[in-house]
Amino acid sequence: MTTTAHDTPQVVAELDSATRLGLYRTMVLARTFEDAILREYHADKGPGFDIGKGLVPGEMHLSSGQEPVAAGVCANLTTDDAVTATHRPHHFAIAHGIDIDKMAAEIFGRETGLGRGRGGHMHLFDPVTHFSCSGIIAEGYPPALGQAYAFRAKGTDRIAVAVTGEGAANQGAFHESLNLAALWKLPVVFVVEDNDWGISVPRSASTAVASNAARGAAYDMPAERVEDNDVEAVYAAAGRAVARARAGDGPTLLEVHTLRLLGHFEGDAQGYRPELAEVPGRDPIPEYEKRLRDAGLLDDATVAQTKKDAHERVEAAITFAKDSPVPDPTHATSYVFA
Amino acid sequence: MTITESPVVPAPRGSHRLTTSKAMVEAIELEMERDPSVIYLGEDVGPYGGIFSSTTGLQEKFGAERVIDTPISETAFIGLAIGAAVEGMRPIAELMFADFMGVCLDQIYNHMAKIHFESGGNVKVPMVLTTAVGGGYSDAAQHSQCLWGTLAHLPGMKVVAPSNPNDAKGLMISAIRDDNPVVYMFHKGVMGLPWMAKNARATDDVPDGDYTVPIGKANVLRQGHDVSIVTVSLSVHHALDAADALAAQGIEAEVLDLRSLVPLDRETILESVAKTGRLVVVDEDYLSFGMSGEVAATITDVDPGMLRAPVARVANPDTPVPYAHGLEYVVLPRQDRIEAAVHRVVKA
Repeated sequence: MTTTAHDTPQVVAELDSATRLGLYRTMVLARTFEDAILREYHADKGPGFDIGKGLVPGEMHLSSGQEPVAAGVCANLTTDDAVTATHRPHHFAIAHGIDIDKMAAEIFGRETGLGRGRGGHMHLFDPVTHFSCSGIIAEGYPPALGQAYAFRAKGTDRIAVAVTGEGAANQGAFHESLNLAALWKLPVVFVVEDNDWGISVPRSASTAVASNAARGAAYDMPAERVEDNDVEAVYAAAGRAVARARAGDGPTLLEVHTLRLLGHFEGDAQGYRPELAEVPGRDPIPEYEKRLRDAGLLDDATVAQTKKDAHERVEAAITFAKDSPVPDPTHATSYVFA
Repeated sequence: MTITESPVVPAPRGSHRLTTSKAMVEAIELEMERDPSVIYLGEDVGPYGGIFSSTTGLQEKFGAERVIDTPISETAFIGLAIGAAVEGMRPIAELMFADFMGVCLDQIYNHMAKIHFESGGNVKVPMVLTTAVGGGYSDAAQHSQCLWGTLAHLPGMKVVAPSNPNDAKGLMISAIRDDNPVVYMFHKGVMGLPWMAKNARATDDVPDGDYTVPIGKANVLRQGHDVSIVTVSLSVHHALDAADALAAQGIEAEVLDLRSLVPLDRETILESVAKTGRLVVVDEDYLSFGMSGEVAATITDVDPGMLRAPVARVANPDTPVPYAHGLEYVVLPRQDRIEAAVHRVVKA
């Protein structure tokens, strides 16, 4: 179900087969990547759990369950468009077409990584696909304004997509960005991934409005909320928003009610949250797979092939990362200045 | 500057073993029992008990009216704490990571820290801003900073950074009772968290009941006559480990735990360096324009002649904290760098 801020249902047109299979493949690739990182992350944290240990140390925020948002939005983009993502960035990076070898290498802290091992998984920067992310809540919104501004100044119809979570919609940077983008009619699509939880705090305890789409009205900005973590509804809603931005009609606010299948970070015991079975929503990938099977677009063989392709691609990236050199410690202070 | 010292109460008899985080929580608990105007606000401080276990069990005990999960709106809830403090409450607001001060610094340094001055002393802001600092576990450039030098630079707030359970408890009680805003910066590596490498001194005997550790008073943790190592927070433990290793090589290092950056206990620094003639400052924060320079200037402002060797500063070499483990451990001031610095000044 898709609703606007005024709860007017939108008709979702039937998508063509190639697009639907593309959405499925993107989600499978993103999930396969997260499953591999999950495995690698926990492979060497013991005895017990030491967050600083292992080949992939530090905080790890995985996006499993939120793939429909990234797949649905980014299928409307090219790599000439910009995406600014969050501390939970992998699904958007993959959906936007980032080189997953380089992303995996960055997560493993290697010299071949996107940031030569300096940034880590919350700080991925790729000038090739105009992708970036930030570990600070809502702080990816303002830079997206500037990318959109630059694209328009260059006379192109390129756009910027800014992503954040529902918890971040209570930050000043969120509201300042919405106002400025609306005021200057910047070609931006603001995406809110509502996974119900800001770490341990449910949205009911953090947010005064039931839907962040309601906040679009404060800035005279078109806004929609997509329920059900439905990739095709996201694709359609994002399509409308992207078209508006490319046409010079200004920004859109798009909230998607999605699902965080894992903890806020790996190691999060999630004592605050009921069993996943009771959490609204279900794993979106088997759901979508069933839908495409019912439509005759997938069968056992094509599903197996899609998963095999994703597995091989991801394992190649993991191998590339592990085989890459670690940064030379004598260069620890490099790259502070140009 | 008006320094409001909390009275030093002798430690009551009896003690029990606590991690630093549990000592911090115990202090808050005692003060919340004693003073109904103490409340605790922050992200994930309720049922979760604080991402770094700064509030474990407090909401269960005192209820959601006094231990309050907030939206991710630091400007709003730190500002709220300021307003409540102005009206006579004693709020504690938690900024989950010091790195996040960027989103709410105006409330901290233009409001929390300046209201007392701007009001000509007529309005007090008796609040505590707690925040987690430090690296060492690959949390990278936006979640590993210390930044105490930044806050200490800005006038109007006291800044404390305990290194052990005893000080964590006593400084927290002092901070809550202080009539000034106090920034209480706890290093993740001293908290004794089960999911992070911890130093051996993260669990220790803590006196029963309430007691205070005075804000602005350094602690000489080890006596020595060859060199003074002046430091704070987690680096205290690296300095103590270095001092043990140096003793085996015939060098006796004196180790000062500053405990507070504001006020800075210049007297104890001067006394120590007057004795040793050599100074090594260890600071996990950035090198330039920070604590290490301030400690060095404490000597040179008074009498550079007391130094028998140039001051050595072991700090982050003005580099964002890198993600990759091998790079991060180069920029952190660890035991090997401290020992090397001591050898340099002793040979000089």
